[in-house]
Amino acid sequence: MDILYKIFLDPFVQMGAAPDLLLQTLWEGLVGGVLYALIALGFVLIFKASGVFNFAQGIMVVFAALTLVGLYGVLTGLGISNSHVAAFVALGLTIAVMFIVAVAVEKLVLRPLVNQPDIILFMATFGLTYVLIGLGELIFGGDPKVMITQQLFLPKGAWDLQIFGGFVTFQHIDVAAAVIASLMVAGLAVFFSKTRIGRALRAVADSHKAALSVGISLEQIWVIVWFASGLVALVTGIMWAARSDVSFALQIIALRALPVLILGGFTSIPGAIVGGLIIGIGEKLGEFYWGPLLGNGIESWLAYFIALVFLLFRPQGLFGEKIIERV
Amino acid sequence: MLYREAGQFKTSYSADQAVFPILQDRIGLIAILLIAFVGIPVFGNSFLLQAVMIPFLIYSLAAIGLNLVTGYTGLLSLGTGAFMGVGAYACYKLASVFPNVNILVWIICSGFFAAGIGVIFGLPSLRIKGFYLAIATLAAQFFLQWCFVRIPWLVNYNVSNAIEVPQRKLGDVIITGPSATPTVRYLIVLTIVVVMTWIASNIVRGRIGRMWMAVRDQDIAAELMGIRLLRTKLLAFAVSSFYCGVAGALLVFMWYGGAEADTFNINQSFFVLFMVIIGGLGSLLGSYLGAALIFGLPILLRILPDAVGVPMHSATIEHISFLIVGALIIIFLIVEPHGLARLWQIAKQKLRVWPFPY
Amino acid sequence: MRFKNLMIGAVLAATAGVPAIVSTAAAQDSVYVPLFSYRTGPFAGSGIPIANGMNDYLAMLNARDGGIGGVKIAIEECETGYDTKKGVECYESTKAKNPVITNPYSTGITLQLIPKAAVDKIPVLSMAYGLSASADGSNFPWVFNPPATYWDGLSIIMKYIAEKEGGFDKLKGKTIGYIFFDGGYGREPIPLLEQFAKKYGFETKQYPVPAAEMQNQSAQWLNVRRDKPAWMIMWGWGAMNPTAVREAARTNFPMDKFIGIWWSGGEDDARPAAEGGKGYLTLNFHGVGPDYPALKDIEKHVLGKSQTQKDKFAENLYNRGVYNSVLIAEAIRNAQQITKKKVVTGEDVRRGLETLNITEARWKELGFPGFAAPVTNVTCADHNGHHAAYVQQWDGTKWVKVTDWITPMKEEVRPLLEAAAKDYVEKNAGWPKRTEVCDKK
Repeated sequence: MDILYKIFLDPFVQMGAAPDLLLQTLWEGLVGGVLYALIALGFVLIFKASGVFNFAQGIMVVFAALTLVGLYGVLTGLGISNSHVAAFVALGLTIAVMFIVAVAVEKLVLRPLVNQPDIILFMATFGLTYVLIGLGELIFGGDPKVMITQQLFLPKGAWDLQIFGGFVTFQHIDVAAAVIASLMVAGLAVFFSKTRIGRALRAVADSHKAALSVGISLEQIWVIVWFASGLVALVTGIMWAARSDVSFALQIIALRALPVLILGGFTSIPGAIVGGLIIGIGEKLGEFYWGPLLGNGIESWLAYFIALVFLLFRPQGLFGEKIIERV
Repeated sequence: MLYREAGQFKTSYSADQAVFPILQDRIGLIAILLIAFVGIPVFGNSFLLQAVMIPFLIYSLAAIGLNLVTGYTGLLSLGTGAFMGVGAYACYKLASVFPNVNILVWIICSGFFAAGIGVIFGLPSLRIKGFYLAIATLAAQFFLQWCFVRIPWLVNYNVSNAIEVPQRKLGDVIITGPSATPTVRYLIVLTIVVVMTWIASNIVRGRIGRMWMAVRDQDIAAELMGIRLLRTKLLAFAVSSFYCGVAGALLVFMWYGGAEADTFNINQSFFVLFMVIIGGLGSLLGSYLGAALIFGLPILLRILPDAVGVPMHSATIEHISFLIVGALIIIFLIVEPHGLARLWQIAKQKLRVWPFPY
Repeated sequence: MRFKNLMIGAVLAATAGVPAIVSTAAAQDSVYVPLFSYRTGPFAGSGIPIANGMNDYLAMLNARDGGIGGVKIAIEECETGYDTKKGVECYESTKAKNPVITNPYSTGITLQLIPKAAVDKIPVLSMAYGLSASADGSNFPWVFNPPATYWDGLSIIMKYIAEKEGGFDKLKGKTIGYIFFDGGYGREPIPLLEQFAKKYGFETKQYPVPAAEMQNQSAQWLNVRRDKPAWMIMWGWGAMNPTAVREAARTNFPMDKFIGIWWSGGEDDARPAAEGGKGYLTLNFHGVGPDYPALKDIEKHVLGKSQTQKDKFAENLYNRGVYNSVLIAEAIRNAQQITKKKVVTGEDVRRGLETLNITEARWKELGFPGFAAPVTNVTCADHNGHHAAYVQQWDGTKWVKVTDWITPMKEEVRPLLEAAAKDYVEKNAGWPKRTEVCDKK
């Protein structure tokens, strides 16, 4: 009986007793969810257009953030005094670097592996992950770096709301992250439905052969899609590193995006967002209210178990296309 | 020319269906076994045994385990590290609860515990396939790693959460613990790995192996043929986890001498997965070749600058080895998706007709 | 096709070449000191300055004095990434070159090396980290951890907290939170913490931070908000430190009630929290900053040739690395004096470590006046000495010493330590009894 009380009643009692903590937990979960959603977004973009499950998305986040901070350091070292100018120039250069990475990946990894089974492409992205790790560490060094949030006009500080007898802290940077993420998703949605290239991307996602026959250049599309994913990775990297430094430990957190994809479906952008939010909030609530029962630290696998349960009942996720296996 | 089969006639079906039908193959195998059992312990130095051969054999065993489930049955598993950990911790607990039983018995028995856990986490494989199953095994990886940290009973309530290997003997010879000589440990690991490879070879060439391969190729057709999918897949997980569990127990008891939960983290799983990919999915020889390359390359990279005389910071070597491993994986997948094992097959094929090209 | 063949050939050569290459032994006219460093990975933030400090001091001795006693020190770093596995591999691969001392720089790696040290006859110097019980020299003749163990550090923190609260009796009924790295390092002090809690009547709340979650501590600090402890003690390392300080600032935890062990005291740990980190406290047992003659020597002889960046020179963790190297150098010197040999072995350096005697005058001689407390209590039975430490506070830009030297509660710590050592020996059947010689200082 005691166990049942502890599992089913006590956490809700706690939630009611300290509503400010509940709100804070929900907010933290939301913020985490937004970041997971951003990473998942990068996955979805690439999977939709090329059918490749890009395991290297996490390291692309770190690599983009490292490049930004590194270039900023170089530029200020070269003597650009206005830090804001340096920051935005560095941002522009980083975008260029992500484009180069996209082109390189397409030429060196995707093109030679055309028509190989999915599992081979998946393994190739493993290789890509390690290449980017090694390259990033060689060029930028392994020590953690601070993200240049102020120079990018990203806000600091927090709002402390005094409600429910306690207080709830809303970090400005988190609010900014949520806003920027929504803008980006909206932008991507518009891009996919209204522009020519966006329609071409959807065509490629549907069927490579049909797209080729209509005259869409697969290679161009892949470069664009990896570049878009790189941009998403850059934004994710900036937002994530603004909360905690840029270091290679971030890459493991990217693995957390996999349950998000399962929940939302591999090919759906709204799915990635919704899935991210559900996983983020679910994880935080679970860890905070049910975690002490199990000794804490359940965050590391809770998301996977949520995803596993989902998989057993709805393998295509909330928004994904039903997987039809043709024999 | 050397590899010509001319003159070797088979006079019975069993001779024809032998695993190594060509005499040169058999001679080669015996030569390798001789070198492994006699040559290396006699001529190799302690560094070679301790830091190169023992871990290479252990990782080959783990790679065989992963190959059984991913290469032969087509079920991608990312939980190898955790299953190795289950074997290691099971062996540790068995050794501490029953200290009088020979440790080798417990090393083998720990595989059964790993097999049990493997079956539990393989249960979703009936409903989900491909990437999704990989994510289920990732759940196993993170959950089991959490268990290693949060269940103090597993580490005998040691505050630091680390386990240390007690000293154990086989007869009069010390085989575990810091006093055990590399030679003794190497021979034990070699024996266990050779025997288990032989067993695996028989499994994959028999009925069970063919069932697995049928499931890999087209599981709906396999089911229509009468193969019970759930049993086959669970058996694959069980046998694979058994191998990984024994490899884990050997890793801790015969090589490291101790472990903590972080030893069996996700990077360990990826490590073994890379060996399997590069070595060749669905090939036992590939497991060995992949293990040799993936394990040996960082060691080579570390020794090379010293040997050649170029000073390089240890951290730089580390970074370069990441770079090279990653690049190698990509290159291999482009050049030969079926891995080193296929390259070896092609080489053998060419040898059979050498000096003619066809 | 050609490219394919070339690649295949290269790969096969690499695969075949590994067993054929044998490592070479170090040159005979130098003393080989391997440093297990981590310049990569999530702990690099803490590992890089330590490695730099250790490297630079020994390199300075080589450059300025031609080594120790006329024999050069061969320094080699082995990258462990703070990973226990890689640490053990580094140990095995450096063993062949006859190292005279091991510096694992990770409690996890140290725990694995302790049983091997006696067999391989290489002393382990786990300076102010590692297994606290290894301070019992009669059971761990090959392991040393001066100047103070984790248990000493915890008792010093307790003393500081009690002082701030108005006495040990005022601790009754309060809650003290303990946020720690979920590994050997962070779990080490827990038995003593629980003992203190029982003795002084306060409640402890433990917040483990797994290695993978070091940069994502919002859950732990939410728990801190819920539990509202009066004080927070931190045992953090690497990326855990700056994240913790930042999260503490974010949840409005009073920073002057947040005290970390000496390993949580890097400048890079407190700096990222900017204004919010002001008031954060940590322990320390040596000075910070470049105003010591020996450090000026390092600047002259070594800086510019080593991997140290000019603006990170003489920061807290850099000086920590220098301190470690001073201990190594003094041990080697002692070993040379005892054995009258120039090129000493691991066994000799073990005796050198046991006879460590760095008085205040000696610190001055070495070029570090007032740098650290005298290291004079190391004996054959006590491989630690339980020396004093002080508390420093972050003022927004640098560390400021805010207390005098506080001695640890040796009467609490020593019995516990010896009991733990006995327990360790019992659990590990076949642990050798000490037969090593004990030299007088």
